[in-house]
Amino acid sequence: MNYIQFLQMRPEISLLAIFVATFIYDLAARGKWRHYFHPIVCLLIMIHTAVCLGESYSECELFGSMYYTNPMIGIVKTILSGGTLLLVMQANKWLRSANTTHKQGEFYTLLLSTLFGMYIMISARHFLLFFIGLELASLPLACLVAFDKYRHHSAEAGVKYILSSMFSSAVMIYGISFLYGTTGTLYFADMVANINGSPLQIFALVLFFAGMGFKISLVPFHLWTADTYQGAPTVVSSYLSVISKGAAAFTLMVILMKVFAPMMKHWQIITYILTVASITVANLFAIRQSDLKRFMAFSSISQAGYIMLAVIGGTKDGMSALVFYVLVYIFANLAVFGVIETLEHHTRSSVSRDDCNGLYKTNPRLTLLMTLALFSLAGIPPFAGFFSKFFVFMSAFKAGFWVLVFIALINTVVSLYYYLLIVKAMYITPNDEPIEHFNSSKYSRVSLVICLAGILLLGICSFIFEEIDRLSFGM
Amino acid sequence: MNILNLFVIIPMIMLLALWASRNLRQTRSVMVVGSTMLLLLAAYLTVDFIAQRNAGADAEFLYTASWQWYAPLNICYSIGVDGISVAMILLSAIIVFTGTFASWKLQPLTKEFFLWYVLLSLGVFGFFISTDMFTMFMFYETALIPMYLLIGVWGSGRKEYSAMKLTLMLMGGSAFLLMGILGIYFGSGATTMNILEIAALANIPANIQYIFFPIIFLGFGVLGALFPFHTWSPDGHASAPTSVSMLHAGVLMKLGGYGCFRIAMYLLPQAANDLAWIFIILTTISVVYGALSAISQTDLKYINAYSSVSHCGLVLFALLMMTRTSCTGAILQMLSHGLMTALFFALIGMIYGRTHTRDIRELSGLMKVMPFLSVGYIIAGLANLGLPGFSGFVAEMTIFVGSFEQPDIFHRTVTIIACTSIVITAVYILRVVGKILYGKVKNEHHLTLDDATWDERFTVICLIICVAGLGIAPMWVSSLIEGGVGNIFNILHP
Repeated sequence: MNYIQFLQMRPEISLLAIFVATFIYDLAARGKWRHYFHPIVCLLIMIHTAVCLGESYSECELFGSMYYTNPMIGIVKTILSGGTLLLVMQANKWLRSANTTHKQGEFYTLLLSTLFGMYIMISARHFLLFFIGLELASLPLACLVAFDKYRHHSAEAGVKYILSSMFSSAVMIYGISFLYGTTGTLYFADMVANINGSPLQIFALVLFFAGMGFKISLVPFHLWTADTYQGAPTVVSSYLSVISKGAAAFTLMVILMKVFAPMMKHWQIITYILTVASITVANLFAIRQSDLKRFMAFSSISQAGYIMLAVIGGTKDGMSALVFYVLVYIFANLAVFGVIETLEHHTRSSVSRDDCNGLYKTNPRLTLLMTLALFSLAGIPPFAGFFSKFFVFMSAFKAGFWVLVFIALINTVVSLYYYLLIVKAMYITPNDEPIEHFNSSKYSRVSLVICLAGILLLGICSFIFEEIDRLSFGM
Repeated sequence: MNILNLFVIIPMIMLLALWASRNLRQTRSVMVVGSTMLLLLAAYLTVDFIAQRNAGADAEFLYTASWQWYAPLNICYSIGVDGISVAMILLSAIIVFTGTFASWKLQPLTKEFFLWYVLLSLGVFGFFISTDMFTMFMFYETALIPMYLLIGVWGSGRKEYSAMKLTLMLMGGSAFLLMGILGIYFGSGATTMNILEIAALANIPANIQYIFFPIIFLGFGVLGALFPFHTWSPDGHASAPTSVSMLHAGVLMKLGGYGCFRIAMYLLPQAANDLAWIFIILTTISVVYGALSAISQTDLKYINAYSSVSHCGLVLFALLMMTRTSCTGAILQMLSHGLMTALFFALIGMIYGRTHTRDIRELSGLMKVMPFLSVGYIIAGLANLGLPGFSGFVAEMTIFVGSFEQPDIFHRTVTIIACTSIVITAVYILRVVGKILYGKVKNEHHLTLDDATWDERFTVICLIICVAGLGIAPMWVSSLIEGGVGNIFNILHP
């Protein structure tokens, strides 16, 4: 291992560096320096994202082949850190509120360590390292979910999250132990030669899938999602719904392709069933929700189902569709959560659909942004969501899953219905006392503008997708 | 620089300008300037197209151009027009232009209204100039979604219900459509989504055609108000504000017919030949059922909406008859119906704006109160029931003559059944004209109402000129669309 190879690990290294820097700053900063804490962290994450970006990744293995990276993985890490940056910017007001400001440092360090866990998880080529990454990505999140500990709901959500998360980890490690037992190794590369679809391995696959299903919140492993999203601070909900989910989906696809390749038929059946269940069930439940965060929880479950459409073929096209979908989804979902966050901060309570009634009259710009983001989530052109959905459908169709695509397409109409319910509330439903006009903080405004730019331009500017497609890999 | 791009670029600039406009005056100027430019551009395109054809340009599509968009997925932004698309573009430009004046006094949120209105027209123009299935589909959906807000916010009556119903049904149709597009793309094994190249390859296997022809035809048929998927149309039209009804019945519903023609029948000719009978039965039901429903309605907009179901059914009916004459008739009917319905909805909107009711039981003697609007209404009505000299006659005549050219019993029987719609149309039109325009003025309040203002007169006169023009001189339009119809006819009957 030489210096050049270390350079391939620069996302991890720079993330660790800013993690340590944040930690020390939190200990050392006093007085007015605490005031600069948030901008400095934003700046650090921005630098980190810039460091992640760049062409010079190449395929390489480190630490005795436990760690692997290639250009695609570099791109995914960049996307995740970019999303985290937008999210931290949106958190501005919440972090400065009286109950949170003294524990800002903890928020940053916990958040960055989960991101670090996701990097490890994505790059792992050994189940032990993978599991460490997964746990590192889950445990601190439980603290974050319970961050507003003075609020009953938040604490409850934290408990729910940690319990289900631990349970899923246990299930998954049980599955991994079967794999170890039947193949005699934990290295992905060595394992694949001994995968033959024996009953024990099918059992292992099911357990592994169940564990990942919890992380991605696929039906029927989704039951923690709504309560946790509703109870957690909005920033954390949005982190759970985009960054954590995106990383887990990518990892799942890579492991299915790399480790379980000989059992493709088996995991395609599982994916098929989970996709149909996730999209349909989540859509039907989302219609009934009135609390916006709960609603977004179900919406994110159904979006996870669409992401799985890209996984099912196990092809190169599927991977590029998946990464592009996650990228677009990050922008659109962060925009919606950003709007919810500012509304919540302004009204100082949770926001339901009825609270949005007549919002257009008082806050036209915020409403327009929310509308475009919802349209993007629903897959309406010319917004980016249309393109990402189209590519996902195309990849699944190409792999031969016609009926699945058809079911998913019919479901987009259902999803359009519930997204339109919010649009209707904001534009059409009359309300004598809408939430009055207010200005959100500069940070969240910048972040929302970036999200808006992403929603409008990601689809039309094709080079982003082409770049992703050039680097993606299949089975 | 390809002139067709302007049809997308001008609306985009209009969107930006509207976004930046600060008061009503600026908003209106942007709309007037923009829609006039579009109209002039469309007129220039028509003239230039005819000139090029006369000069011997015999390629299937003119003004073709293509730019690679998503190279890995073979998605291009490809454009090109044949005579049919030129006619459709001209129709759209006329309706957009007159619709601007029809919503001159629209309140509140005028700027926002026009933003969505322009987005809708952007989708419509984009759809007609595209020759790539992906861009076509993208523009198609772009044109649909603004309807939700246009009806929901600015509509009347049960607007929330209608808007949601319309959007969901049309989006359901487009879900079918997306399925069909993917099916054609992967079924043909082509490395392009360009319609012309796929049609030239002509290698989609028969079994795939049989699966995807009904899917695509249904997908577009929903927008073309195909029975039994027409139920969004009366509610949607009745609730929409005037100019949106105009644009919707006048142009948007033509997207359905055009799409059936351009994608379903053009790319899947074998299935179109073998499966047409199913849809012929459905469209015959549309034609007769729509006309019969119109008789029993009492709301002016509902009457006209059901009449649209009947007339748009006739478009699909004629296309499926697949003779050269009937296809020409179908295109003529699209144009004629687009103009007539726009005129009708404009007039209904103006009358409603004064009387605040559209119920024919409460209206009477309007001829005394508002002579200009009443005369306009009679002209629209006569055009609708197919009086010679107006566009309706030309279109329906061509359709029925063309359909009767089919020699077998089935086709002739359904043609005769569909013909009855002419009589039924006369019934509901004359009944309405008699009831609301003549007789004593029942409501005292109506005596105080004014006749049309300048913007309204302008709208009505423009549309009447177009309707009469198409009726008096149909030859130049039929020579315009002749080439396009011929191409598709050759593909259908190899």
